[in-house]
Amino acid sequence: MSLVKCTLKELQDRFTRGDVSAVEIVRAYFLRIGVVESKVKAYITLNDKEAMLSQAQALDDALSAWRRTEPMMAMPIAIKDNICTEGLPTTCGSRILGGFSPPYSATAVDALRAQQCFLIGKTNLDEFGMGSSTEYSAFGPSRNPWKLSCVPGGSSGGSAAAVAADECVAALGTDTGGSIRQPAACCGVVGLKPTYGRVSRYGLIAFASSLDQIGPITKDVMDAALMLNVLAGHDPRDSTSADKPVPDFTRAFKKKDVKKLTIGVPLEFFAEGLDPEVNDAVGEALAVLEELGGTIHEVSLPHTGVAVATYYIVATAEASSNLARYDGVKYGFRAKESPDLLEMYRITRQEGFGPEVKRRIMLGTYALSSGYYDAYYAKAQAVRTLIRQDFDRVFQDVDLLVTPVMPTPAFQLGEKIEDPLQMYLSDLYTISASLAGIPAISLPCGLSRKGLPIGMQILGRPFEEDVVLRAARAYELATDWHKKRPLIRQGR
Amino acid sequence: MTFETVIGLEVHAQLQTQSKLFCGCATEFGSPANTRTCPVCLGLPGSLPVVNKRAVEMAIRTGLALNCTVRPTNQFARKNYFYPDLPKGYQISQYDQPICENGRLEFKANGTPKSVRIRRAHLEEDAGKNSHTGARSFVDLNRAGTPLIEIVTEPDLRSAEEVVLYLKTLRDVLMYIDVCDGNMEQGSLRCEPNLSLRPAGSDGFGTKVELKNINSFKFVKDAIDYEIKRQTKVLTEGGTVHQETRLWDIERSQTMVMRSKEEAHDYRYFPDPDLVPLAISDDWIAELQSTIQELPDDRHQRFLKDYGLPDYDAGVLTSSRALADYFEACVTLFPEPKLISNFMMSEFLRELHQSGTAVESSPVSPERLVGLLTLVHDQTISLKVAKEIFPELYAGNKSAAQLVEEKGLRQLSDEGALSALIDAVIEQHPAQVTQYRGGKEAVLGFLVGQVMKRSGGQANPQKVNALFKIRLAR
Repeated sequence: MSLVKCTLKELQDRFTRGDVSAVEIVRAYFLRIGVVESKVKAYITLNDKEAMLSQAQALDDALSAWRRTEPMMAMPIAIKDNICTEGLPTTCGSRILGGFSPPYSATAVDALRAQQCFLIGKTNLDEFGMGSSTEYSAFGPSRNPWKLSCVPGGSSGGSAAAVAADECVAALGTDTGGSIRQPAACCGVVGLKPTYGRVSRYGLIAFASSLDQIGPITKDVMDAALMLNVLAGHDPRDSTSADKPVPDFTRAFKKKDVKKLTIGVPLEFFAEGLDPEVNDAVGEALAVLEELGGTIHEVSLPHTGVAVATYYIVATAEASSNLARYDGVKYGFRAKESPDLLEMYRITRQEGFGPEVKRRIMLGTYALSSGYYDAYYAKAQAVRTLIRQDFDRVFQDVDLLVTPVMPTPAFQLGEKIEDPLQMYLSDLYTISASLAGIPAISLPCGLSRKGLPIGMQILGRPFEEDVVLRAARAYELATDWHKKRPLIRQGR
Repeated sequence: MTFETVIGLEVHAQLQTQSKLFCGCATEFGSPANTRTCPVCLGLPGSLPVVNKRAVEMAIRTGLALNCTVRPTNQFARKNYFYPDLPKGYQISQYDQPICENGRLEFKANGTPKSVRIRRAHLEEDAGKNSHTGARSFVDLNRAGTPLIEIVTEPDLRSAEEVVLYLKTLRDVLMYIDVCDGNMEQGSLRCEPNLSLRPAGSDGFGTKVELKNINSFKFVKDAIDYEIKRQTKVLTEGGTVHQETRLWDIERSQTMVMRSKEEAHDYRYFPDPDLVPLAISDDWIAELQSTIQELPDDRHQRFLKDYGLPDYDAGVLTSSRALADYFEACVTLFPEPKLISNFMMSEFLRELHQSGTAVESSPVSPERLVGLLTLVHDQTISLKVAKEIFPELYAGNKSAAQLVEEKGLRQLSDEGALSALIDAVIEQHPAQVTQYRGGKEAVLGFLVGQVMKRSGGQANPQKVNALFKIRLAR
């Protein structure tokens, strides 16, 4: 099998056995990127090939004398471009960070680098993570490897496309309202949003601080567990990171069934607006889980209907403040020829930010304004508590929830760009878990008639990623959807 | 119509932590621009704040010293506005959940006790500093992220004098509990009064004006007095005072409009999602309460009671903790409080002032000072000699006893030797002796002076005096 078709686990095993060298891995991936990247456009920045090759050579030399490997050693990993990487430009898909190269790496990146992985490049995204298609990137959209005229989802569309197109073995994404899970579903790969606080946010460029989480996008569930093993853990530099014990998440796979697990199906997620093909695929997946021994219950999450509205107040309010630092004073883009300070701010931000970011800054500024705070921000926080309580109550009766990831398979490029509200609704099923801070995984469970992947979502209790992963892995072992790979070719 | 002045005060005090409020950078003053910075205080994308526990402790101790209630949970909030010295585009402060609230501070105004209510005291980070050279502007972020505590009073102050007294008392308290160095010129203590007038006897409030750019006690007084005059004139002429922020212009000695109410910012405060709420347990509060030493006023009272000092002495000695500590170290070694107090308030403080030395780094230790004063007390030397040799004691490291020996300054107290001198003087000045014996007692001073002269100043004057009285009474 071609090296680039390997999962992380397979590549790891081959490297550990010495069947393949680090140099061969780097060569294979750069070759693959050379073939498909011009079509997929997953990356904003690629790391320097020669530098990576000499890093690989040094690793091979060291290992020939002393064969001891770490799980991520020599693994080519792509990093979403809103996660800081020392010495590599970090753009957030925005003009405003033009020329910015962070003097430090995110804690998650440090954890990967400590095991000597290869940071193969920085992947495309909707500007600052704001979007569901990567069309809002200042560097142009990425394409869906399954169908190049379709979006790869977003905002971690570049990471999901890179994994699906075999341009890296695994990637880091970030999820604020579905930005890992939704593109994973669009591209037929696995995306895990851990519990809020499970993975350090230090070095993740904030969109909405109370919602943002870093997580893996991988070829299968096993790989997601392997990545989470490296990423999870308390970070003293992030006050919101949880000081909880981190299990070996691959141990959850010892049991190959879901016996004794009770699975809830929230009715509100299977209502009007759900594409029948998606509905059927998730229905069949539930039948598989039942066959594997799970008990299926219908449950209700009554506040689901207001989740999108709540999210667009909380997330934009935080964003309006988080993005205030891009003012042209210290780093990144600065407008030329401004007559005074106020104009410098105004023109810098007008030219530096794209339309969706500006829309959200305005929404968020409004929601926090004097006289409107109580009606919007305070109210949204109150509703967020109700949504969290919905989950608390349901999780007294069930261990997991299964839902669709997205109402439809991937849509066409340009289809929703003029209609922000339609774009927002593509996150309908992923937003609730973000507001509640609970772990959720997206994994492939079917293909549409047009040949586009369909994803299902499994949600669990806070810090029970192991239970979520176990059910997802059991499903994966019983089905073949995760093995389906796109044939990348020009066409509609 | 006569008006009453109503003043409330916001004071920003810099907490004396080693590192900043949300990162590990040093807080020291005077480093080259932007060298005391890191991704967090530079506000680089992706960086996150982590609260400095020491700063929280200092804030709690401040609250306790100001008789405040400490909130069991409190939350940092973001205050959003754009300015080049504010690297994140917001300041991390506290809004509806300040760490301390509902306190009071007491002091005496013209001998009458005055109690000022403290509305709240909250933690926040300082901004950086902008500077301008010609058409170019520069930003130094060394100060950005330095911990401040903002102490806000109710509108309980009625004059510039009261404001100055309040500020001095507050400064003493903050310095006493080691949370602030109290340096107004360096900006460790900044004050922003808000001031309004109302008809005397009224309970309502007039329109208030906020005053900024006041960095000394003198400017506080000048700015407030100016503003009282200005507002009185406006109101007397039938005008209205506008709600606005005014700057104290040092050059022109007047307040100038900085921004009107219409231009006021909407800061869009909201809880900072990067910082989890801060939980403060009763045990922690109790532990910090136990670290608060006696406050200046309590110590003042104790000095009156325990050492029998006059009110003035107790006031001077307790004006700083270091001075009071020094005094008490001396008294422990040598229980003569008034002798020590007199000497400290005169020679000791004079030498320190002249050399610009802080009490805690005085070259004369309490042991050496007590060594000197013991010699005065047992009459080995006179107080005059002690004062004369103090500069040498201060400049060198010899003990007082050594200095007295080397210079032969020991007082002549031996009765035999003194009697010989007295005999000689009586023989030389028969006229004065007769005058004295005739009832003109004032002549005794002249006779004693002659003995002093003959002894080269070393005779013990009290003893000479006593011996003369015995001799001439015969």
